[in-house]
Order: sequence, then structure tokens, then C-alpha cells
Amino acid sequence: MAEPATNLSRLRDVVPTLLILAALAATPMVALAIGDPFIVKVATRVVIFAIAAVALNFVVGYGGLVSLCHAGFFGIGGYVVGILAWHDFNAEPLWFMSGTSDLAISLPAAILLSAMIATIVGAISLRTSGPYFLMITLAFNQMFYYGAIALQKYGGDDGLQIMSTITLGPLDVSNRYRFFYLALAVLALTLLLVGRFVDSRFGMVLRASSKNETRVIAVGVDPWLYRLAAFVVSAVLTAVAGALLAAGQQFISPVDMGWDRSGDLVVMAVLGGVGVVWGPAIGAAAFVVLELVLSSWTTHWQFVFGLLIVLIVVSLRGGLADLAQTLFARRSGEAKHG
Amino acid sequence: MTLSLITEQLLNGVQLGVMLFLMSAGLTLVFGIMNFINLTHGSLYMIGAFAGAATQAATGSFLLAMLVAPLVAAAAGLALETTLLRRFYGRDHLDQVLVTFGSILALNEATRMIFGLTPLRMNLPPALSGHVDIAGIPYPTFRLAILITGLIVAGLLYLVIMRTRIGMWVRAGASNRPIASAMGVNVPLVFAALFGAGAALAGLAGVMAGPILSVQVGMGEPILILALVVTVIGGVGSIRGALVAALLVGVVDTLGRVLLTPALGSMAIFVMMAAILAFRPKGLFPAHG
Amino acid sequence: MKKLIASAFVLSLLSSAAIAADPVKIGFLSTFSGPGGQLGQELLDGFNLALEENGKTIGGRPVEIIQGDDQAKPDVGRQAADKMIERDKVQIMTGINFSNVMLAVAKPALDAGAFIVSSNAGPSQYAGAQCHPHFFAASFQNDTASEAMGLYLQNKGVKKMYLLAPNYPAGKDFLAGFKRFYKGQIVGEVYTTFGQLDYAAEIAQVRAANPDGVYFFYPGGMGINFVKQYNQAGLKKTIPLYGPSFSLDQTVLPAIGDAAVGAFASAFWAESFDNPASKKFVAAFEAKYKRIPSPNAADAYDTARLIDAAAKSIGGKIEDKAAFRKALETVKFDSVRGKFRFNTNHFPIQDFYLTEIVKDAKGRPVMAVREKIDSDHKDAYVDKCKMAN
Repeated sequence: MAEPATNLSRLRDVVPTLLILAALAATPMVALAIGDPFIVKVATRVVIFAIAAVALNFVVGYGGLVSLCHAGFFGIGGYVVGILAWHDFNAEPLWFMSGTSDLAISLPAAILLSAMIATIVGAISLRTSGPYFLMITLAFNQMFYYGAIALQKYGGDDGLQIMSTITLGPLDVSNRYRFFYLALAVLALTLLLVGRFVDSRFGMVLRASSKNETRVIAVGVDPWLYRLAAFVVSAVLTAVAGALLAAGQQFISPVDMGWDRSGDLVVMAVLGGVGVVWGPAIGAAAFVVLELVLSSWTTHWQFVFGLLIVLIVVSLRGGLADLAQTLFARRSGEAKHG
Repeated sequence: MTLSLITEQLLNGVQLGVMLFLMSAGLTLVFGIMNFINLTHGSLYMIGAFAGAATQAATGSFLLAMLVAPLVAAAAGLALETTLLRRFYGRDHLDQVLVTFGSILALNEATRMIFGLTPLRMNLPPALSGHVDIAGIPYPTFRLAILITGLIVAGLLYLVIMRTRIGMWVRAGASNRPIASAMGVNVPLVFAALFGAGAALAGLAGVMAGPILSVQVGMGEPILILALVVTVIGGVGSIRGALVAALLVGVVDTLGRVLLTPALGSMAIFVMMAAILAFRPKGLFPAHG
Repeated sequence: MKKLIASAFVLSLLSSAAIAADPVKIGFLSTFSGPGGQLGQELLDGFNLALEENGKTIGGRPVEIIQGDDQAKPDVGRQAADKMIERDKVQIMTGINFSNVMLAVAKPALDAGAFIVSSNAGPSQYAGAQCHPHFFAASFQNDTASEAMGLYLQNKGVKKMYLLAPNYPAGKDFLAGFKRFYKGQIVGEVYTTFGQLDYAAEIAQVRAANPDGVYFFYPGGMGINFVKQYNQAGLKKTIPLYGPSFSLDQTVLPAIGDAAVGAFASAFWAESFDNPASKKFVAAFEAKYKRIPSPNAADAYDTARLIDAAAKSIGGKIEDKAAFRKALETVKFDSVRGKFRFNTNHFPIQDFYLTEIVKDAKGRPVMAVREKIDSDHKDAYVDKCKMAN
């Protein structure tokens, strides 16, 4: 995987990425055509979790660092939007500034805050590796979680309702179609950004150091700094996803940042395939849709869901992306012969 | 706080720690030796508790439940290992997490389908339901029994691993698998046995928790998290580390709840873990190097 | 003449049924998976039992139940509620058991024009400032059972109490409700981590403080753990346990066993209630599900019958929202709780009783009614509610 991006491998990434984005972009039209606007809400949830899973995969798939504190960053993004909107609605200043329901202000605020926290958390956590990294990030996630519960002013465990109308600059984004395309644009940007990073020298060092750290150090590169940068980028993108979740469902609660949600994000990434940038997006879609469909069939849906996960991980080494690529390869192979 | 109260709280902390050690012993060995993250360890604990509760309900004997539960958990562990999990020993940690995560969901739901939704009851045996006077504190006999059982198991485990031929095989299998096979050690068999033994310990922890805690679906996950904390603080693969870390976590958690505000008390062990790993990135007693 | 009126009434019922032959669509959103899954099933069983006794009709119309699992997560509940409202076009939502899920779901559901008739969660927000013409709680307001127990211990002159609850809003609501009526000395007020397993440390503190009683609110598995361990510590005889019924009902009593016998619970309903509707309900529930119902199941049973009675009184035409609201506000039905009516904030006014945990004829622990604590108990938030017309 560490080979430089050839045209072929770039094609292998670009085509599925465009297919995913195109399919998502078409869902609102399908929803309108068949008169089922609920589909747009599901698609929005898929897109938001896809952003978080793709962002998480930047450190998991390419940095070899399994983080269990990404739900924490997800929640931090959500709470920044929620708390600023709360101060806007209640017309109560927050320290020196007034509240706002404008994403053009609250998104950068979420990015700034999550970047600062991620730098501290990353600097400490990256002293460890492997399972130790997994557990130290879990510890930080628990601290975020109990920290959110301690926010009694903002609902504590009950969570925070957003009462005001969320805008983006002058644009009202409470319309579901508009909001969906906003989220989709963020997903497209995330895929582009992570793709660029992975193909760059930065991504090469990151991948190389997860495969053979000693050799990277031998050529005079300090992998710690690269890992920290990757961790911060990944955390910030996840916080943006959380901000979108809060804005979209007008609600954020500590449950959105529990350790099991961190686990869900890892499952989405691995389910989709950590070897390609777009893999986790498929994983997120599969996770969200399966959960919805199965749970409407039977209360014992987790039994089926669990078995499906086991089946996928036993039979597909590269996750669902593997399946997609196999199908794709066979198709193009047939096309050549035909 | 008076001295006797502090003593009692320390005793409570040590008892919780011993319980956690029983859970962590199997986890850390499987993790350290097979390099396998076994999230189903919490499910095996749950299976032990349910098997124990069902046995007691059918026969009325707590002693029998104590015997049956580890056996059932070991059987379940072996079944999982041979049919599914052993293929994942050589694979990425991520795949291991995913396959055991899926297994947890399925096992939890299967348990619910069999036993229903109402939590089960486990009664204390009459001989252990009273109190023992320790330095003027009326301490529940059963908790003392847990404490003693845990310490005995810890001692036995240490002897087996450090002093016996089986222990030597286990250590050999961990450090160099091909050479161990060449020397005639049946590595898959040793691994399976080890996995089964870890499962039996989890089952034992489950049945001993039964009279204290609610026997219900999902009871394995909170304890799994604590066991993972213990494993990592102690150093993956180290029995000695697991014992020290388990006692540390038990005492810090107990005292943190009593002395700190609720929010800080809930965080205490996680803050401790982050602090320890920040300074000792491979835990307190790194097993390998 | 009487006969004529009656047959005319039946005729009008039939014709309206013919007009409104479309099924009434009810969304039943609750926690069905994970450790909280027991409660969702308990509520659904109670609700379904009432529907079956009614030939699966509401207000004379067939009924369609759309079930959803919120997994105890507000965002998952929100998605399931969106589906029920937009795709399934449910007219009434019920079943929600967690306050945080209710708070995430209620606003969008009400905005979309659906009615919420809660069979369980009764957050203070909707009893007070956020009260809504289409929001009804057929169950209880969170604080009220605790208020009743506070009142009882105050009247009894118990001097020193020790309070315990999980560290989350419902836990704080319950202890606040208790303190609203109990004016004696509080020698300890402890909030533990939600989902805590071992209470040895807290129990040691209780022993050291030596109060006259312990008031605790621990629902589900936490209550099972706490009561078992409290009993094992040998404190139950010297320092009695008091709780709201949610800490000591049939969702946990079978698992606690004898350890709970002798504890006291405040309740708006108990399985030992001596009125015909309640006796019929308990017998039918036990026959069908092979277990004794909890007050949660009783509330869900009442909720279904309340909705039915209100819908029947307007000939099943619940699409007329103003009429249905009026019908719900003034509903008359044969509640298992004996007496039931809605206050102006659409939360119940009901009686509270002191019960003691005893063993029934079959040796099972049950709540036995000891005395009535308060008649027509109202919640504390009703004054904050400016109900829109």
C-alpha cells in the first residue's frame, strides 16, 4: 500500500468516490419522485457518519492508530454548535461574545476548539502505540463524556435542544434538502482532503511509519509530529461531522459521545474497508441503513446484525470496499475480453 | 472519615480489585500471548453468570453453580475459539475487534432469546450470607470469600505459568511460535487450552458476581471495559501487572467515588490510566521488552 | 325511547366507523435492545394487552402499531420518530421511556402535528414551560412518586434521611422531589455514576452516617445491585429502605428476591390494588405473559385504554385535532389506578400509596398497599405551564 500513487490506483480511488457522491446526490430526487422525504433524513445521517468514519480512517487505516476518542470530538463539535445556539436563543452572552446560530461562525469555532483539544490529547496519547493507544484514547473519551454530563446548565445527561433556527451566513439551512447538500459538500471536501493527504509526502511518511517505524526514524524523520498532525486533522473533521449532526437533528446529548459511539465509528470504518479513502463511507452507509432496516423487522435485530458483521469480517479481508472492488475488477475484466 | 471507615473502604476496593483480576487474567494472557484482543471476554463472564444462576435455580446448590459456571464458560470459549476466533490470531487488531464486536451483539441477543428479558436471581448460600467481624467492621462473608478465592486463583496461576511445563509451553508459544512447534509443542492445542482456561476464569468471575450484581444481558460490557483498563495499566501479557493494576483500579475507583465529586469520581480511573500510560507507555509491567 | 336513542347511537357509531375505516396509526417508540430493553417490552406488553381486549381497535377503528427501537439513544430515537411520522404517518406517538429520548423526539413530532400520549417518560420541561396542547402524559411526572415518599416520611416524623440516586437528571429530579416535601435532616445526598455496579463504598458511608432511613432511586440493574448489596451488608433491618416504585417493581423484584422484602415503595399503582379494573388487568397479564405486571405495564395498559376512550367519545375521528385534544383532556375511563384525570398541563392528578415489599402466596416478592399517602396529587410544574388554546 505504500507504493506511490500511480494513475491506476488513483483511478481506483476516484471512480468509486465519484460513484458514491453521485449516488448520494441523487437520493433527494429519488425521495421526491417516490414521495418519501424520510429517505433524505436517512441519507443525511449516512453522510454525517461517513464524514466521521472517513476522518477517523485517516488515523486508523493510514496511521495504524485505532482511536476510541473520536466520538468525543464528534460531541465537542456538536456541543459547540448547541451551546452557541443556546446562548443565541436565550440572549445571554457567553464570556466576551454573544451566542450565534450561524454555522459560518460556529463551525470555525468547533474547528478551533477541537483542534486545540486534539493537540493536547494527541500529544499525550501518541506517546503510546497499539492497544495502549486504543485504551488511552478510550480514557480521554470517557473524560469528555463525563465532562458533557457535568454541563448541567446545558441539560447534562438530558442533552441540549437547539431551539433557534440554524443558518449558514444568510442562508436558512433548516430545509432538509438544503441541509443534505450542505452535508454532502462537506463529505466531498473531506474525501478530497483526506485523499490529497494520503497521496502526499505527509501521507507516505504516515503510512511508512505505521509499517516500519525504525526505518522512518533512520532517514531522519520524526513520525510523532506527522502522527500528531494526522490526529488533529482527523479530530477536526470528526468535530465538523458532530456539528452537522447537532445542527441537523437540533439536539446533542452525551450519548452522542459515549465510548460505544467511538466503537461504532471504528466498526463503520473497518466494515467499509480501511485500505481505501472511500471505504469507510460505504461502511457508514451499510451500518446506518442496516441498523434502521433490521430494527424495524425484529426486536432481536442485534443478533442478525452481529452475525452479519462476523460474516463480513470472515469472508472479506478488506471490508465491503473489497467486495466492491472485486465486482468492479470482474466487470472491467469482462469488458476487456468482450 | 474515621479509621475504621477507611479500612472498610480499602477492603471494598481490594475486593473489587480481586474480582477484576479474575476477569483480567484470561484477557491479558490471550492478548499478550496470542496477540489477540478478545472483546467476547465480557460475554463469557455473562455466560458464566447465567449458567450459574440457571444451575442454582434448578438444583438450589450454590456450590454446584460455582462448578458448572466455569465449565460452561470454558466450553463456550472453546467453541468460539475453534470455530471462529482462531483464524484471527494472525490478523490485524482491527479485524479482531470487529469480529469480537459482532460476536458480542449476537451472544447478548442469543442470551436474551433463551432467558428472556427479566434479570435472573442468584441467592447467597446460607453459610456465606452473614458477616465477619474484621477490626470492628461487620464485613459481608461473601465478599470476604470472593477476596480469598481471587487471591488463591492468582497464586495458583502464578505457579502454573512460572513453575510448570504447561506454563513453559505457554511462554514458549508466545515468544516464538515456529521454534516452539519445532520443539514438538502443539501450539494450536496450547492456545486453545489457554483460551479455554481464560474463559473458565471469566465464568468463575461471573458466577461469583451473580449474588452481588444483577444477572442480565449486557452485564459483560461494563466489566470488560474495566478489565481492559486493568490489562493495559498492568502491561499486556503480564499476570503480575494485571494483579497490581486490578488492585490499583479497585482501590482508586472505590476511594474516588467516596472522596471526589460524582463527575470526577466517575473519571478517576480513566484519569489514572491516562496518567500512567503517558509516563509508562507500555504499562507498569511490560511483558515483552 | 331509550332503546331508540341507543340504536341511533350505535348507528351513528357504525356510520362514523365506516367513514373512518382507515386504521388509527400509533407509533410505539421505546427501548427494546440493550440493558434497558426490558422496560420497552414491559410497556409494549401492557399496551398490546389493552388493545387485544379491545379487539385491536381504537375508537372503533382498526389500529396499526408501528414499533421502533431507540436503543436508549436520543439520536437513534429521533431517526425512528422521523420515520414513523414521515413515512408511516403516525397520528399518535407513545412508548418512550427515557426523558432524554423524549426531549429529542417531542418537538419535531409535535411540530409535525402528531399527538404524544406518553405511557412512561414525563419530563418536567413538558409539565412546565414547554407544555403543549398535543402533549399528554398518561403516566406520571418524574418527581411525583418521590414527593409522595417525602411527604410520608415528613408526616411520620422520621428525623434523619440518607439519599442516593444515579448522577443524571432523573436522579436529581427524584431527590429534588423528595426534598420538596421532606423537611427533616438530610445527612447524606450521594449521586453515583449511572450504571455503577458495586455499591459497597456507598453502603459503608451509609452505615457510618447511621440515618433513620435511606431513600434511593435506582431503576433497572442498578436497583438490583444496590438492594442485594444493601441487604448483604446487614443494614436492611436497622436502616429501612424507601424508594419510588420504580426502584422496587416487578421489573427488578424477581431478580432481587427476598433481599427486597421489608423495603417500602411509594406508588400510584401496585399489583395488589383492589379495584375491578386492576384485578382484571393483573390476572390477564399474568395469564398471557407468565409474570406479574409492573406499574410501567399498568401505565401502558391505561394509556391504550385512555386513548381508546377519548377516541370513542368523538366517534373515532381523531383527525379533528381540536376535538381529540378536548376528548383527551376530559377523558373518562376505568383506570387501573382507581382515579385518574388530567391537570391543565396534561399531566395526571392521581393518588399515591405507601406499599411494603412482602411475599405473596406463591412466595414471590410483591408490593402490598399499606396506606394512602396523598389524594389528588399534582405535580410541581403545573403553574409554569401556560397552555395554548
